Amino acid sequence: MSHDHSHSHGPGEACDHGHDDHNSPEYIHKTIRKYLKVGGILFAGTILTVAMYYVHIPSVAATIAIALLIATVKAAFVAGVFMHLSDERKMIYSILLCTVCFLISLMGLTLWAMNDFPFFTLVDGKPF
Amino acid sequence: MEIPYTVKPRPDTGLYNAKLGIWLFLASEVMLFGGLFSAYILLRVSSDLWPHGMVSIPVGTFNTFVLIASSVTVVMSWASLKLGKLSAFKGYMAATIVCALGFLGVKSFEYYAKFTHYDVWFKDEATAKKYFTAAYGEKGEEATRKLFVERFHLHNTKATYDANQIQLTGHLFGNPMFATLKKLTSAKQETIQFTPDAPFGTHDHPKAIEVKLSDVQRLSAYVPAHSTYFAIYFTITALHGLHVLGGAIVLAYFLFTADHWWKKSPEQMANRVEVGGLFWHFVDLVWIFLFPIIYLL
Repeated sequence: MSHDHSHSHGPGEACDHGHDDHNSPEYIHKTIRKYLKVGGILFAGTILTVAMYYVHIPSVAATIAIALLIATVKAAFVAGVFMHLSDERKMIYSILLCTVCFLISLMGLTLWAMNDFPFFTLVDGKPF
Repeated sequence: MEIPYTVKPRPDTGLYNAKLGIWLFLASEVMLFGGLFSAYILLRVSSDLWPHGMVSIPVGTFNTFVLIASSVTVVMSWASLKLGKLSAFKGYMAATIVCALGFLGVKSFEYYAKFTHYDVWFKDEATAKKYFTAAYGEKGEEATRKLFVERFHLHNTKATYDANQIQLTGHLFGNPMFATLKKLTSAKQETIQFTPDAPFGTHDHPKAIEVKLSDVQRLSAYVPAHSTYFAIYFTITALHGLHVLGGAIVLAYFLFTADHWWKKSPEQMANRVEVGGLFWHFVDLVWIFLFPIIYLL
């Protein structure tokens, strides 16, 4: 069965994984251990985020940056391991690349609009 | 007719079709939540005052744990299928659905607490001061201001001491949901029994006071119409809650039709569960960002 890649890999595409088969019990048992580890990391990350809240960092920017950094790391573990993104087909990566570009543009548009106030809402050049 | 590529990957994409489908769908979901997140950022950065500490951190943390646990169980249910263990699949999937319902239960409790919590704005400063004293005694105004400022403490650089801006917070007698000034006056009610919140830093609730509705300028429960903060809070969390509900329905369907699918096509069943799980992880992923943004920052 070790050379049958028909389930997870398209014919004609090279297998770029170090292991033999995604369906072998050994592989599944290995991934189960990985899932449990990631679960633990996510729990720990949540505790860390909440702990950071009680620590109270004087800088608002640093507070936001740290909270979002922890969230991004947690999200990366969910996407990478639970959603199997660390080991996926090229097609999915290209879809996600487009999504990332669109998402960045969307956030960019928001930033662009941030200080764009209609002139009649300004008092002495400042919004009120 | 047989649907093609439910198990075997399509040669050109290298994927079974459902997986490509769910990823395209998730890409559109990223844009949906991305739009709301960017709206949240815009609204928050543009506002002078943004409430803080309006939601309970322990409750939010508990719900985060529940959702993470459900992400682990859903992926374990898929792995169980891959190992050929149907009963383990059922157990993990049932645990996932219990987590989903637990999450929604806690969220409903949070929503109920908001829908029965009120702010009352008074017509003028003198009237406001009268009620602040009635609620908190001699130091009434100071106590109300402390409560008010505490609400904005992360960004309180612009929090003012203008009595007109300060509102009394608390509960109406009988804990009604969604009451408004218009509803109360059209019900020919002239006064309300109002139990103000405990002063900042304590849990001693003052006694209920009687408030004349003719003194009130605005009365609002913590509903979307209350403020920009609650508008965006309810929009994002309710949309997320709907995703949890939708995901739970799909996963419950997988659980209840498990025997049938296991006999018919175990490989296809595993793929369906994988795709359902991908959606479930996405819902968890959105919450991973929502939790710090709504509860902590």
